[in-house]
Amino acid sequence: MIRSPFVRGAREAAGIPAAVLVAGFLGFGALAASQKVPLGIAVASTAVIWALPGQLVFVEMHTLAAPLAVTVLAVMLSSARFLPMTLMLMPEMRDPRHRAWKYYLVAQLLSLSGWTMAVARFPQIPREERLPWFYGFTLVLMATSALSTAAGYVGADRLTPGAQLGLVFMVPMYYLLILVGAVRERIAALGLASGALAGPLAYLASPEWSVVLGGLVGGTIAFLALRMWGRHA
Amino acid sequence: MPELWLLLALCGLATYLWRGPGVLIAAGIDPGSATFTWISCVAYAIIAGLVSRMLVMPTGALAETSLLERTACSAVALAAYFWVTRRNLFVGVLAGAAALWLIRS
Repeated sequence: MIRSPFVRGAREAAGIPAAVLVAGFLGFGALAASQKVPLGIAVASTAVIWALPGQLVFVEMHTLAAPLAVTVLAVMLSSARFLPMTLMLMPEMRDPRHRAWKYYLVAQLLSLSGWTMAVARFPQIPREERLPWFYGFTLVLMATSALSTAAGYVGADRLTPGAQLGLVFMVPMYYLLILVGAVRERIAALGLASGALAGPLAYLASPEWSVVLGGLVGGTIAFLALRMWGRHA
Repeated sequence: MPELWLLLALCGLATYLWRGPGVLIAAGIDPGSATFTWISCVAYAIIAGLVSRMLVMPTGALAETSLLERTACSAVALAAYFWVTRRNLFVGVLAGAAALWLIRS
């Protein structure tokens, strides 16, 4: 029996890749509930922003009552990684048999987990099958994440206060592990260290500007340190 | 909540501004350029700053836990992730969450 590439992609996603996202988005749902963001907004953000750091910035800055333009700027700055990711992946999926709009739509479905898997699997997939395979893979990830957001949100209201705290705590734990796991890269290590220091300090100075301020100051310090480090290496 | 929907739409658009151009431009931007390195430093700093602030000075539900509790549970998650399971993210996150749940109930 020959399965379509779309179905094969979907089946590959329904396992470890989806399970990891369940952990992050359950926590995000619970966090959104505790910060009094409506359920519809929380679930929609998973499809509309589709980047957990950006969604986190969105929810946290809403809580801090940050100005609209500052929130949009912070979300935008937090999502910059998508440009190099699409730049690298799109040429790999191009095939004259697929219509152009399908590529603009698939750009919205791209996420870090989808990208990582695509980079690893594409060499074994014929070029014309890559786009449908990627659609199958990423749609399962997005659907699972949206359901997990709703489950975390609804669950947070029904659990005991202790379990509720555990659920909300999943978000910082998710990123703590991902980020600490990434420190082997020099850019990541410097950006993480100076960002981790600058974030709380900026919060003391100005809560509503803290995300953008801490990111710009911490990121620029990391960037300068990287240049000096590179010169002496 | 129409304002919040508007904000969400703008945030989605702001994210798509990084996604869309990758379809149009096949090549021409060097991911190793100084501008790009700076942008990725800022992106890392934003999420690291947000997470460390959530752990050190949380708002919302986590504000009622103590710094000691949050530190201890973070250590449990890190230990489960790096030593016990050799980088199983799902188990690591669950271990940290379960530890906080156990302490608080």
